[in-house]
Amino acid sequence: MASEAVTKGQAGPWADEQIELLERMLLIRHAEARLAQTAKDVGLPGGVHLSIGQEASAVGVCSCLDVDDWMTSTHRGHGHFLAKGGEVDSMFAEIWGKSSGICKGMGGSMHVADFSRGIIGANGIVGGGLAIATGAALAAQLDGKGRAAVCFFGDGAANQGVFMESMNVSSIWKLPTIFVCENNGLSEFTVSSTVTAGKLSDRARAFGMPVEVVDGNDVRAVRSAAKAAVERCRRGEGPSYIETVTYRIHGHLEAEDLILAGGSYRTAAEIDAWRAEDRDPVSRFRALLAEEGICGADRFAELDQRAKEKVDAAVTFAEAGEPADTKLVFELMFVEPKA
Amino acid sequence: MTRKRYTQAINEALHEEMGRDPKTILFGEDVALAVFGDTRGLLDRFGPDRVRNTPICEATIAGMAVGAAAAGYRVIIHMLFSNFIYTGFDAIANQMAKLRLMTGGQIDLPITVLAVYGGGASQAAQHSDSNHPVLMNLGGIDVLVPATPGDAKGMLKTAIRNNRPSFFLQASGLGAVGGDVPDGEHLVPLGKASVAREGRDVTLVNVGSMIRATQNAAKKLAEAGIEAEIVDVRSLVPLDETTIVESVQRTGRLVVIDEARDMCSAASQIAAVVADKGFSALRAPIRRVTVNNVSMPYAPNAEAAIFPNADDIVRAATALCQPEVAAA
Ligand SMILES: Cc1ncc(C[n+]2csc(CCOP(=O)(O)OP(=O)(O)O)c2C)c(N)n1
Repeated sequence: MASEAVTKGQAGPWADEQIELLERMLLIRHAEARLAQTAKDVGLPGGVHLSIGQEASAVGVCSCLDVDDWMTSTHRGHGHFLAKGGEVDSMFAEIWGKSSGICKGMGGSMHVADFSRGIIGANGIVGGGLAIATGAALAAQLDGKGRAAVCFFGDGAANQGVFMESMNVSSIWKLPTIFVCENNGLSEFTVSSTVTAGKLSDRARAFGMPVEVVDGNDVRAVRSAAKAAVERCRRGEGPSYIETVTYRIHGHLEAEDLILAGGSYRTAAEIDAWRAEDRDPVSRFRALLAEEGICGADRFAELDQRAKEKVDAAVTFAEAGEPADTKLVFELMFVEPKA
Repeated sequence: MTRKRYTQAINEALHEEMGRDPKTILFGEDVALAVFGDTRGLLDRFGPDRVRNTPICEATIAGMAVGAAAAGYRVIIHMLFSNFIYTGFDAIANQMAKLRLMTGGQIDLPITVLAVYGGGASQAAQHSDSNHPVLMNLGGIDVLVPATPGDAKGMLKTAIRNNRPSFFLQASGLGAVGGDVPDGEHLVPLGKASVAREGRDVTLVNVGSMIRATQNAAKKLAEAGIEAEIVDVRSLVPLDETTIVESVQRTGRLVVIDEARDMCSAASQIAAVVADKGFSALRAPIRRVTVNNVSMPYAPNAEAAIFPNADDIVRAATALCQPEVAAA
C-alpha cells in the first residue's frame, strides 16, 4: 500500500488501507500487551522495552515503505519491526531465546532484525541507528532505485552528537534518509525537557531539510508526513525530518518499579491522560473508522480477535522452539571453540 | 562494621566523599533516580549544582569530566553500562588518558568513572561486555574491579580522593551481594591484591565479577583434596604483581579467572607477568578461564554455555594438579 492514488470512501482501496493500518496497530498492541503479561507472570530473559501508546508512529511511517526500503529501530523496537512487515512468530521466538527466533536467539528483544524485509534492526545503543540509517541511505543512493532509509529514534537520542552528524551528511549528500524522532517526552527516567535545549525540530531545520512535527498518535497524520518524505527520497531530493509527538504508556522497561525503588519521574494522572480513549492511538483510530462507517463494531471485534489469535499462535510457536544453538555463537564470531 | 549490599557500599562511599570535599561533583544519565541504585540520594543531599542528570551524550559527559577536572574540580561521572564507554571513548582514550603527559604534567585529572560491566542476565551483546582490558591498554588510567562490598567502598573512596583518572567498574552480577563494610573512614589502597583464601596447591586469581564462581570452585576443589589459594586482584591498573607471584611461588600452579574475552584479557596480562617473574616456581602450565572471543549471546542457555563457571575453574585446576601434568 505504498503510494497509490486513492479516493476516500467506505469501501474500496482507501478503506482497505485504513483497515490495514488498524490491523497493524492492533497486532502491535496485542503483541506487546502479551509480552508485558508474560514478563510479569513468568518472566522473559533480559530487558523488555514496550512501545504501547506509540503504535501510530511505527505504523504510519512504515505503511509508506516498500519491503526493500531500509529501517533502523531502537531499544523500543517491537512495533517498528512488526510495522515494517516482520513476523510476530519469529519475533516472539527471538524474545523467548529460541533458535527459531528471527536472530536465532542471539540478539533478543533489543536486537530484532530482519534484513529480508529491510529491517536493519533494533539497537541497544541509544542513537546507534542514526549513522547506520545514513549509511543505508548512501547505499540506496548508489543503487539508484529510489529506496529510502528510515531511522526511528527517541527524543533522548536526539541529544547524541551523532544525530547532528548524520543529518549533516544526509543533507550535504542529499541522501534518502528519513529521520523519525518519536518524541515521547521521556528519556529513561528523565523528563526530556530538563535535558534538552530548544526545539528538536529546529535542529533539523538548521541542516536545511523539510521538517514536519505531527500528532504521533494520529496514524493518518503520521502517514501523510511520511508519504511526503518517502516521495522526496524516491525523487532523489534528500533527507527529511519527522517528529511524532507521542507517549509511552508503560515503564521504560518492564522491571521499572524494581529499579525505581519507590522513586518516580511522572504522575499517574499524566499516564491516564495519554491513555484516554480519545488520545490512545488505537482506540482513537478505531472510533474514527467507526464514525466514517469503515469499520463497525462487528468488524472491529473480528480484527481484534484475529490479532489476538496471531499473538497466541506466536506464543505457541515461541514456546515450542528449540533453545538457541550455542555452536552458532562461535561460528558467527569466526571463532573455534576453546577445548 | 555493617552488613551491606555492594551497591549500598558504593552509595555510602559516594555520600562520604561528596560530603568531605565540596569541590566533588557528579554527573551522568539518570543519576538522580539512579538506574543501578548507586547514586541514590545524592541529588537531595548535595543539590543540583553538584549532582546533575545529563542528556544522553556520553562523548560530552566524558569530555566534560576532563574539562571540569582540569579546571579544578574533583569529578565523578556515571557511564551506566560499561558498553556505553564506547560512545564516550574519544574523551577517555585521547584526552583523559593522555592530557597529563601531553601537557608536561601541568594538570592532574581527579576523575572517577563509574560503570557497570559483565553479563549473566541475558542483556545481550551491547549490555554485557567486560571491557576492562580495553581500559587497561590505554595507560594512564587506573582500572578497579572490586569484588566485595567492603573493597567497593574502600577502593572507591581512595579513587575519588586521589588525583588520578580511574575507572571504578562494578560487576552487574554483584550489585545485590552482601558483605561486611567498615563504617565511616575506610580506605583501601589501590594496587594491592588480597589473599581471600589460603591454600597450598593452586593459585586462583580472581578478576572482579568471577569471585563467586572462584569461591565455589575452591570449595569443590577442597572436597577433592585440592587446597586452592584465592588471590582477588581488586585492581588491574595498578596491578599487584608481587602478591600474585608470591602466591604462585607457594603453590606452583596458576589459574586466572576473568570474564573478559580471552584475547588480551586481564587474565593474559596476569599470565604473562607470572611467566615472566614466577617461571621457576611453576610446576604446570598457566591456565586462563575466560570468555571465548565472542560477544554475549542473548538466549539464557547460550549465555550460560559461554559464561565461565565454577566447574570450568575446577576442571582447569584439577588438571594442573595431576602428577603427569606436573611432571610434563
Ligand atoms: C549509548 C547509550 N546510552 C545510554 C543508554 C541507556 N538508555 C537506554 S534507553 C535510554 C533512554 C532513551 O530515550 P529515548 O531516545 O527518548 O527513547 P525512549 O526510551 O523514550 O523510547 C537510555 C538513557 C543506552 N542504551 N545507550
